[in-house]
Amino acid sequence: MVPPAYYVALSAIVFTVGVVGVLVRRNPLVIFMSIELMLNAANLAFVAFGRAHGVADGQVIVFFVMTVAAAEVAVGLAIIVAIFRTRYRIDVDDLSLMRW
Amino acid sequence: MQWAVFTVLALAAVVSAVGLVVRANPLHGALYLVTNLFCVAVLYLLLGAEFLALAQVIIYAGAIMVLFIFAIMLLIPGRAETGPDPLARARRWALPVAAVLGVAVVLVAGGTGRPPAAAPPGGVEAIGRLLFTTYLFPFEVTSVLLLAALVGALALAKRRVGP
Repeated sequence: MVPPAYYVALSAIVFTVGVVGVLVRRNPLVIFMSIELMLNAANLAFVAFGRAHGVADGQVIVFFVMTVAAAEVAVGLAIIVAIFRTRYRIDVDDLSLMRW
Repeated sequence: MQWAVFTVLALAAVVSAVGLVVRANPLHGALYLVTNLFCVAVLYLLLGAEFLALAQVIIYAGAIMVLFIFAIMLLIPGRAETGPDPLARARRWALPVAAVLGVAVVLVAGGTGRPPAAAPPGGVEAIGRLLFTTYLFPFEVTSVLLLAALVGALALAKRRVGP
């Protein structure tokens, strides 16, 4: 039996890779996929902690996170498509219209 | 045996996550993300969460990634991340900051050394019982959230007619 701490460490590494993706990339779709990666890593940590405590509550939380992720992807992709339908370049740094 | 499976899957998960970040073509990134989601699904199986493993494959790898690939096909054709980087100076800090964060998170996670308790029930029955007793209110709120997302996506994607 692999101890749950190993799963949590793996989820921490994958989460950090997702953070790097959000910070480094300029394509909004890749940034969005990196956010999905981070959500997924958090899910893995939830399940691992639930396993460590011997309860199923962590799995229920993951169920909720999956629902939120699905809603987020639907709305987020609609926003991205609506913004970039009219633009030539697809680059989040061009969207400085609402910056102070 | 479990150790071997865990090691292989963990390596595959990290490599596919890095692949998502490194590859320039977002379509390749999407395929790497699917690989990562499958690896995590099998890790759920190792942790005894059968229902979540199936839900992961059906919802994430099935529905959400199809949506992503649809959006990529709709938007991309060859106009990704071209031209000079307007934020190159700020972006130099991304890797050091992320490295500090990674070390901190792994240290905190490694401090949770705790012997595993008895395996929780991972089947549909246990999760359904929790979902409809302890977590009934969040479950209902989730349905409202999905409805709001549906309406919002429709309103955003609608083509404006007239002025």
